[in-house]
Amino acid sequence: MAAAASLAPPPALALHDVACTFAGNGAGRPHYTAVAGVSLAVGAGEFVSVVGPTGCGKSTLLNMGAGLLAPSSGTVSVFGQPLAGINGRAGYMFQAESLMPWRTALGNVLAGLEFRGVAPARARGLAEDWLRRVGLGGFADRYPHQMSGGMRKRASLAQTLVLDPDIILMDEPFSALDIQTRQLMENELLDLWQSKKKAVLFITHDLDEAIALSDRVVVLSAGPASHPIGEFVVDLARPRDVAEVRNTPRFVALHQAIWAVLRDEVLKGYQQQLQPKGA
Amino acid sequence: MWNTVKPNPRNLRLWQIALLLLIFALWHLLTVPGLVRPFMFDNDQQAAFFFGEPLKVLGRIWRWFVSDGDIYSHLWVTLVETVLAFAIGAAAGLAGGLWLALSPMASALLEPYVKAMNAMPRIILAPIFAVWFGLGIASKVALGVTLVFFIVFFNVYQGVKEVSPVILANARMLGASARQLLRAVYLPSATSWVFSSLHTSVGLAFVGAVVGEYLGSASGVGYLIHQAEGVFDINTVMAGILVLTGFALLLDGAVGSAERRLMTWQPQRGDSIKR
Repeated sequence: MAAAASLAPPPALALHDVACTFAGNGAGRPHYTAVAGVSLAVGAGEFVSVVGPTGCGKSTLLNMGAGLLAPSSGTVSVFGQPLAGINGRAGYMFQAESLMPWRTALGNVLAGLEFRGVAPARARGLAEDWLRRVGLGGFADRYPHQMSGGMRKRASLAQTLVLDPDIILMDEPFSALDIQTRQLMENELLDLWQSKKKAVLFITHDLDEAIALSDRVVVLSAGPASHPIGEFVVDLARPRDVAEVRNTPRFVALHQAIWAVLRDEVLKGYQQQLQPKGA
Repeated sequence: MWNTVKPNPRNLRLWQIALLLLIFALWHLLTVPGLVRPFMFDNDQQAAFFFGEPLKVLGRIWRWFVSDGDIYSHLWVTLVETVLAFAIGAAAGLAGGLWLALSPMASALLEPYVKAMNAMPRIILAPIFAVWFGLGIASKVALGVTLVFFIVFFNVYQGVKEVSPVILANARMLGASARQLLRAVYLPSATSWVFSSLHTSVGLAFVGAVVGEYLGSASGVGYLIHQAEGVFDINTVMAGILVLTGFALLLDGAVGSAERRLMTWQPQRGDSIKR
């Protein structure tokens, strides 16, 4: 195993036995270990989804991969290099609204290029090109509050992808969208990914979405100290249409197999949420 | 009939003007000797003595600005003091607020002192500033700065503290350095707080200038008011107050127009229109 790993190209993103404990406030609220003993690797060009019950520390995993959060123990490596500070090779699409409200759609897409010192003319061309690709070509001068939720997500997608990151981290990016918009966005994401073949780590609580999009689905246990309890290779043919693939027998079989593992954890997660905090 | 005349968004300005005229008319009616039988005072001269007469007040303003034209030097002094106090106080408040909000250690260290300085009745510093900086404009500017600084400071501090952590994390992931974060995220995010504080501080800059002049100076509108009070010339005092109010409104309007220009990204209330 170790010998094979040294010969194969290193994974784009690898978490080695990481744990993350959040400090309590010293008075009443104890320390909380969100995740523990997690080892997870995403190969270059691989699309991996992580599913788990609510509050199981999925976002914590992603934040450690992004370098926004340092693991309490264990290491994170990016293309074989240990990660320190912000992961410069990763783009991150947040669950919450992350566009700068004081910038237009174009300004937001330009932001990363400006931060990286790309020449203004070239940056503008790239940004306009990406806005067109996500279907916002005619909305470059709109401010976020003038766009719909779906348009804002598209702008976020363009903002992340215009930097051409090797790793794309996505934290339930489409969870706030209605089902139609969501399927459209998922298909667009797959098209974009297909043409560029980036490593994607996709967090979701929606098992359908995870199977439809991914090469591999990792199931996380309920928190605290959640850790992977199952891993499933999704061998559905590509290119896929997220709406159609749901009706194939293989999809249904995979769904049943993963749900069998996930169900108990979801129930456990519910039980914990019903109990008062700190009890 | 009433339905077409009653206040609505279209005739609002007319109603505001009508209200102003009504106030002046009442003032006129109640103060000019002989118009109404005195019901508060012993004789019909006293109301005019205590409250002034609007026609004489307006006449005084007319003489100041037009026929005599002798207010401009005083007004200029007051405006210079106000604008300097406003600019220096706002800039210092902005810098101080940013610094303390972004540096937790400095903030923890200075917190009690900032609280104490803010709680202190700073108007009382005016005589001390007069001793330190003399009777010229410097002492008035210093007083205005102490008033303006804390308003802007606390608003900027709050504004920076309330920057959305997601937007901040997103900007960091997009590759922003500390300096770029300041320019691209903290400052724009704090601007709405800054502007709301600037509206308050324009008035306070005037307070600093006029109170400073009132306590010791040889020019400025506050000086004029002080002189007039010395001889119980209530009409001139009222005229001075009206002039100061007018110019405070003008400055506030300037802040408002700067705000509208810089804050186009903010959602306006009622983006939809009713037909």
